[in-house]
Amino acid sequence: MMEQNHIEEPNVVLEVRDLHKSFGDNYVLNGFNMQLYQGENLVIMGKSGSGKSVMIKCLVGLMEADSGFISVMHNDITKLDHESLDILRREIGFLFQGSALYDSMTVRENLKFPMRWHTKKFGGEENQEKLVMEALENVGLEKAIELMPSELSGGMKRRIALARTLIMQPKIIIYDEPTSGLDPITAKEIVILMQKVQKQYNTSSLIITHDVDCARVIADRMVLLIDGVDYAVGTFAELSSSKDPKVKAFFKEEV
Amino acid sequence: MVKSSNISLHVKDFLMEVGDMTYFTSRFFKELFNKPFEFKELLRQCYNIGNRSSLLVVITGFIIGLVLTLQTRPTLMEFGAVSWMPSMVGISIVREIGPIITALVCAGRIGSGIGAELGSMRVTEQIDAMEVSGANPFKYLVVTRVLAATLMLPILVIVGDAVALFGSYLVENVKGNVSFMLYFNQVFDALEFSDIFPATIKTFFFGLAIGLVGCYKGYFCNKGTEGVGMAANSAVVVTSLMLFIIDFVAVLVTDIFYDL
Repeated sequence: MMEQNHIEEPNVVLEVRDLHKSFGDNYVLNGFNMQLYQGENLVIMGKSGSGKSVMIKCLVGLMEADSGFISVMHNDITKLDHESLDILRREIGFLFQGSALYDSMTVRENLKFPMRWHTKKFGGEENQEKLVMEALENVGLEKAIELMPSELSGGMKRRIALARTLIMQPKIIIYDEPTSGLDPITAKEIVILMQKVQKQYNTSSLIITHDVDCARVIADRMVLLIDGVDYAVGTFAELSSSKDPKVKAFFKEEV
Repeated sequence: MVKSSNISLHVKDFLMEVGDMTYFTSRFFKELFNKPFEFKELLRQCYNIGNRSSLLVVITGFIIGLVLTLQTRPTLMEFGAVSWMPSMVGISIVREIGPIITALVCAGRIGSGIGAELGSMRVTEQIDAMEVSGANPFKYLVVTRVLAATLMLPILVIVGDAVALFGSYLVENVKGNVSFMLYFNQVFDALEFSDIFPATIKTFFFGLAIGLVGCYKGYFCNKGTEGVGMAANSAVVVTSLMLFIIDFVAVLVTDIFYDL
């Protein structure tokens, strides 16, 4: 009954309730909850190994949760068959921590790859080429179109990965540690780019990070993932001024 | 007590591996006939597999032909049967030595390559990236590679056999002054359809095994970069073992048909 109420809430595009996931005796998620609203930037923060990446992999069906309820665009993904899940995945963009560009393909081929599986939506070769150029212009890397991933810097890879995500015109973008491994200047550029994308495409963003600076700039709301649960929820200002020792210690350590 | 629990754990792991491999194989056959067909990627993989392995197969085949003839010649001379050399070498290379040696070489070259390539794609989340974009990585990565290995191995075996026979001819020409025409006339006189057909058919299965095991090991690779090395290594070990089992079954089946 409770699940039904949450599914019907119109502004919620993504919802997780009572999510559990363990690997043997290692209980990573112990009843995690969260809601992402339309047009919102929600930051999930947690220490390394706290289960942030596991949680988002459960959201897109890359990993199966032990129990719990996951709703994406009002679809309970735990009950979807493979075909329906693939259709739903077209609405979700996923930016991987290591960019995950295809080694054997050029930047152009990387961007075109997801479209070739959805020709009905993206049309023929000419239209796809136009979309590739448009996506590269949005991330400021039009000149990199013929380069191989091995020829790109870390920041460029992250931008190209974002372009590949944008080309699918997703309604939700999930960022897995978008600034990790980048120098502060490049990290800031990526955060500015994420803000630009959010405004331009009116997407909802779920950002997994342990970078406090990134969270400060981009978060509309934050969830602190501690001990496998949503330990604290609020705006950056609310959480950073919290008197709770665990939250306080977390912010101090991370800063 | 500890030993018996270890054994039962190993048996359980082995059975689970066999089950997963069977599911993987059945998924390959299911996806093989589903649209869209990846012709461009299939051709690219055929080229990669054929082109990258051809030099190795040619060199191995040539040396096998030379060595086999050099080693057998003295014995045949003792029995005054040296004129049987082309027939003997032809039958042994076409029926057994050519296919199995070429397949073993390709297991090392192709199987480990596929295992390492897919393994590194798995650990760098490239396969996950394909999956979340709504693409079908199994169809694009696995079906094309397995099919390419299945189609290319018979061709590589034919090339390997031809070069091995040529190597054998060179020894016969130098040592016994046998002409090219005479040598190959004797080879083809000795060979029958029942020698060539089963030997060719089994090479398709060799290719299928090399592709499937390499893809399976790479596709389910874990444990980071260490896992990539393990995937490549176990792809070669498991494939080599499977090749001998397939060869044994092929010989048994051929034997049954001969008896009929």
